[in-house]
Amino acid sequence: MEFWVIQTFNGLSYGALLFLLASGLSLIFGVMRIVNLAHGSYFLLGGYVGLSVVWRTGSFALAMLAGGLAVALIGVGMERLFLRRLQKQELAQVLMTMGFALIFQDLALLIWGGDPYSIPTPAWLTGSLRAGELVFPRYRLFVIAVAAAIALVLWLFLERTRAGAVIRAAVDDEEMARGVGINVAAVSMGVFALGAFLAALGGVVGGGFIGVYPGSDFEILPYAFVVVIVGGLGSLEGAIVGSLLVGLLDNFGKALFPELSYFTLFAPMAVILALRPTGLFGRA
Amino acid sequence: MRRTLGIVALVVAGLLFLPSTPAWAQKGPIKVGMLVPQTGPLAANGKDMINALELFFEEQKYRLAGRDIKLIIEDDEGKPATGLTKARGLVEGQGVHLITGPLSAAVGYAVAPYIDSKKVPALYPIVSGEDITQRKRSPYIVRVGWSSGQPSHPFGKWVYDNLKYRKIAMIGYDFAFGWEVAAGFHRTFEEAGGQVVQKLWPPLGTADFGPYLAQLRRDVDAIYAVFSGADALRFAKQFAEAGLKERLPLIGGGTFTDEHVLRSMGDEALGIVTALHYSAVVGTPANRKFAQAYEAKYKQAPSYYAEGTYVAGVALKAALEATGGDIESVDKFLAALRRVDLSDAPRGPMRFDDYGNPVQNIYVRKVEKVGGRLQNTVIHTFPNISQFWTYKAEDFLKNPVYSRDYPPCKSC
Repeated sequence: MEFWVIQTFNGLSYGALLFLLASGLSLIFGVMRIVNLAHGSYFLLGGYVGLSVVWRTGSFALAMLAGGLAVALIGVGMERLFLRRLQKQELAQVLMTMGFALIFQDLALLIWGGDPYSIPTPAWLTGSLRAGELVFPRYRLFVIAVAAAIALVLWLFLERTRAGAVIRAAVDDEEMARGVGINVAAVSMGVFALGAFLAALGGVVGGGFIGVYPGSDFEILPYAFVVVIVGGLGSLEGAIVGSLLVGLLDNFGKALFPELSYFTLFAPMAVILALRPTGLFGRA
Repeated sequence: MRRTLGIVALVVAGLLFLPSTPAWAQKGPIKVGMLVPQTGPLAANGKDMINALELFFEEQKYRLAGRDIKLIIEDDEGKPATGLTKARGLVEGQGVHLITGPLSAAVGYAVAPYIDSKKVPALYPIVSGEDITQRKRSPYIVRVGWSSGQPSHPFGKWVYDNLKYRKIAMIGYDFAFGWEVAAGFHRTFEEAGGQVVQKLWPPLGTADFGPYLAQLRRDVDAIYAVFSGADALRFAKQFAEAGLKERLPLIGGGTFTDEHVLRSMGDEALGIVTALHYSAVVGTPANRKFAQAYEAKYKQAPSYYAEGTYVAGVALKAALEATGGDIESVDKFLAALRRVDLSDAPRGPMRFDDYGNPVQNIYVRKVEKVGGRLQNTVIHTFPNISQFWTYKAEDFLKNPVYSRDYPPCKSC
């Protein structure tokens, strides 16, 4: 029993971290049809900026905000100055985001060196809660709470506000959206900024959990893609369900069949894709 | 008669033009090629290696045994294919006399056959793959670092005898390095009478150790871990957060708390006991001097990556002094190199066994906080430990190389 509770909790907390990363990736793809291989770099850079802010100010909340905003700016720059020139050229866009990912990797190495770091977390988030034999690290609870809050805000924003409706319109039918006077270019920029912000926020939150170190960008990126592919591109519900599914599958796979841990993660993904090629919540 | 005179004249002329200094003296500086990752996840550790070698050469004013030294550094990216390409560039393009590095065992194994084919002497300061100086040893490669199992052998017995642990669960990197370090410990710990009851191998790049921590057996006396870098940092932290630190002592391979990662660790690392051939606070006079100079220049304590590469420089110097600066006569140089017997390497005394691996001290270290900073305090020293521990080399080499399944886990 203890095993199942703890493993479910672990899976949820890792899934929560993946959600922060994957929701942005999914949004960006939904609106702009860009497969952004630099998305892991936003996670990495967010973590590093957050680390510097915590070192200077000691404030974790400020680190989350600063990390997110700094990387959102980078995202806007990438979109406005580079990706926009390659509209509708998928291959060129993928290559360009790959190039950016490599540049960001070297840039991070240059600025922060290659030593691994862990973002110092506030005292009230260290340690763990105990219930009998069960131990719940406080920080993991915090990660789940942040992801839940973000999911709720995103859902309200997309479903209940005018700006959200505009984004949904751009996702569903770009031409029609243009036709009714929606400035799709501005929407694209906003969505790109939001996606980068969320990934960087994930980087800061993840920095207290899995650390900040060179290579984390390409380690976490495949997971984000699995989430988005399983959940369906461009769908918030898909990102939520997908990240929980991947977090739990990954966790139980590693716990129950450690020798087969990649198989237990990717085999269900293959099955889902075979049955629903657009993912669980994707629309053709 | 005329003919004889002619021959004499020729001989005299020949003598006149015979160089008065040995041939190598006119070949210019000794070129040292360094293979090291400068980009990618291992770049920070590669930087430690470069820092240390540059520090050594600067101390020597880039002159050894009367000859100038030219250091050429190439980025191997920690990848075997790149390493091989860069090794070719160093040897065939730059004409280096000696290769030092790399860091990654995969690169080390990949360039070894090439080094053999080109007959270039190589000094391996970090790569610890057992077979580099065992079953697949090369006449051209001399190791100034360690073999993976070397610190683990005495440590396994020591843990049984002194910490009195009887049952241990292991967790470590799922590739040769993790298997070999764990296997050395496994072997001597069980030969002393202990039991290894679990071996877990998380894949490379495991971001969340949660599923493994939940699986670790709690009915043991200690957990033995083999990690380094970001994985070590994460594992120690998540281990403490899962509430395991209060319940189970943590011990492990030396890289787990080596200075390259210890500087990023927090109090969760306190009390971890590991074994390695170095610690930044080893009390030898040479180490005090080295650690001080290194810290003054680079603002951090030297890691084993740094010390190992520094010692490559020290060994090169000793060998060159023995040959009078001759590195072009490769066999003569290699023979001199293998006879190098250092009494004052930072890590302590060091000489080579017949297989090209150092015989050296092994330190049991415990992480403590001194002056607000974490350090690997030496709590026991094993002098003159060879890669074969107390086994006979021939018998040792008859066994398969340490792996995931060797020695077999009888009590798992």
